[in-house]
Amino acid sequence: MSLTRRDVEGIAHLARLEITEGELPVYVDSLSKILSFVEQLNAAQTASVEPMAHPLEGEVQRLRADEVSERDAHLKYQANAPLVSAALYVVPKVIE
Amino acid sequence: MSIHLRSVAELAAGLQSREFSAVELARHFLARIDKENGALNAFVTVTPERALADAARADAVRAAGKAGPLTGIPLAHKDIFCTDGIKTSCGSKMLDNFVAPYDATVVARLGAAGTVMLGKTNMDEFAMGSSNETSYYGPVRNPWDRSKVPGGSSGGSAAAVAARLAPVATGTDTGGSIRQPAALVGISGLKPTYGRVSRYGMIAFASSLDQAGILAPSAEDCALLFAAMAGFDERDSTSVDAPVPDYVAALGAPLKGLRIGVLKEFFSEGLDSATGALVEAGIAQLRALGAEIAAVSCPNLPLSVPTYYVVAPAECSSNLSRFDGVRFGHRCERPRDLMDLYKRSRGEGFGAEVKRRIMTGTYVLSAGYYDAYYLKAQKVRSLITADFRRAFAEVDLLAGPTSPTPAFAIGAKVDDPITMYLNDIYTIGANLAGLPAMSVPCGFVGGLPVGLQLIGPHFGEARLLTAAHAYQRETDFHRRVPAAYA
Repeated sequence: MSLTRRDVEGIAHLARLEITEGELPVYVDSLSKILSFVEQLNAAQTASVEPMAHPLEGEVQRLRADEVSERDAHLKYQANAPLVSAALYVVPKVIE
Repeated sequence: MSIHLRSVAELAAGLQSREFSAVELARHFLARIDKENGALNAFVTVTPERALADAARADAVRAAGKAGPLTGIPLAHKDIFCTDGIKTSCGSKMLDNFVAPYDATVVARLGAAGTVMLGKTNMDEFAMGSSNETSYYGPVRNPWDRSKVPGGSSGGSAAAVAARLAPVATGTDTGGSIRQPAALVGISGLKPTYGRVSRYGMIAFASSLDQAGILAPSAEDCALLFAAMAGFDERDSTSVDAPVPDYVAALGAPLKGLRIGVLKEFFSEGLDSATGALVEAGIAQLRALGAEIAAVSCPNLPLSVPTYYVVAPAECSSNLSRFDGVRFGHRCERPRDLMDLYKRSRGEGFGAEVKRRIMTGTYVLSAGYYDAYYLKAQKVRSLITADFRRAFAEVDLLAGPTSPTPAFAIGAKVDDPITMYLNDIYTIGANLAGLPAMSVPCGFVGGLPVGLQLIGPHFGEARLLTAAHAYQRETDFHRRVPAAYA
């Protein structure tokens, strides 16, 4: 599998990552190598195999009751936020 | 014997007999960190005030006659575990300014057991690496040879314990990140069964593979700490609600009659011959102790590395989407618009390997490629898991090397991701199948430690600890300390 610069630019956009001009050829090369490396999986016969859904057989994701279980601690959590105003996270304007 | 060369049980005995107080013990290790950490870079944050407060509390608990087996025992936490009020960086520029607002369950449980937190250890960025070279805070150095890597991603925890800057340390293992560094620095490492230890407050990399565990000189030390970590936690939806056996009592169980399978696929090309010879000698020692040794094959196991490098990046790309420059973590200067805010915050905050894995994961999950890569890998994962299930119908444990070579030079593999990924060829299988596994020291090649890996069936930690402890009663590799740190 060989990716082009355009492919990597597209992947970086989907992943919301800014990649510099200098980084781009490095990722074109290493991502192509990784995808070629994982192509050896095609040799495995998996026609009648179920994809694995959980590392432990028979276990399913547990659900909890839909009840309030945490106290409000937004001041503590928002202490880590880059920009807060009136308990709201501030981002650049998104609606014109 | 110097205080820092003692085991957890020996330290507990010293505390109980009032040979030293928890405060004196904490000061001893803090002084060692102060002196030695500059050259090793094992800790990214040292917490002396917290350590002395924890220690004073431990001494008060003991004076009140309420001490348990871990009261006053110092430890270090991998910087992937959230620690309330203390910086939790996960080895990343993205979280360089992040002060965790709560404790991970592992941290809370070990704290409640009376342990004393010395600080937070260095690690590969977001636990993505096998050499501790991807850390934003620079590489950790191997105490046996400071030009060599300590392994990764729990490289700081491994180096701190190997140099006896901490008696024990926590770690996490997604593809070998406890076992491989334990092997490369000559200590013991336990990666428990998926679901056995809570992942709450442990910064997620690949949620179907991540599991918390312990790095310590001996299996006995691992058992003492693990007993306090294991068990159900309603805050982790994949935590398993199953009884926790007495792991410390299991240490004394006899080895006679235990069936150990030697994995054929673990002794193929790529294994350094001197490393392989030491692992075979370790298995012979287990036979001499009464174990029955049989040859076993897991034919799909050679596909574990390519399977992992689809599944783990896929889960990583999803988990790391939370770092958006809005709620916490790094934010770029003067964003033009929301898209620019996302892209530049993430582009600046993540290092090269993390970006590589996010992009790999984004690609294998994208429309048109999902079936060919992600679904295919999850099917091969089923095949690998079925191989292990068949093997455990015949034997009680599996044995082989932990890592194909001893520690390599810092810088040697950092530019070649595939070569780096192949370091984990013997450890990844246990993660894909959710199995518990250990690495124990089994000798030295050219002055560098080598690890013997044992893999157990689901919830077979007691059996792993039995075998490892029996081996360590007859060998002293786990007691060896680099001359500079003895």
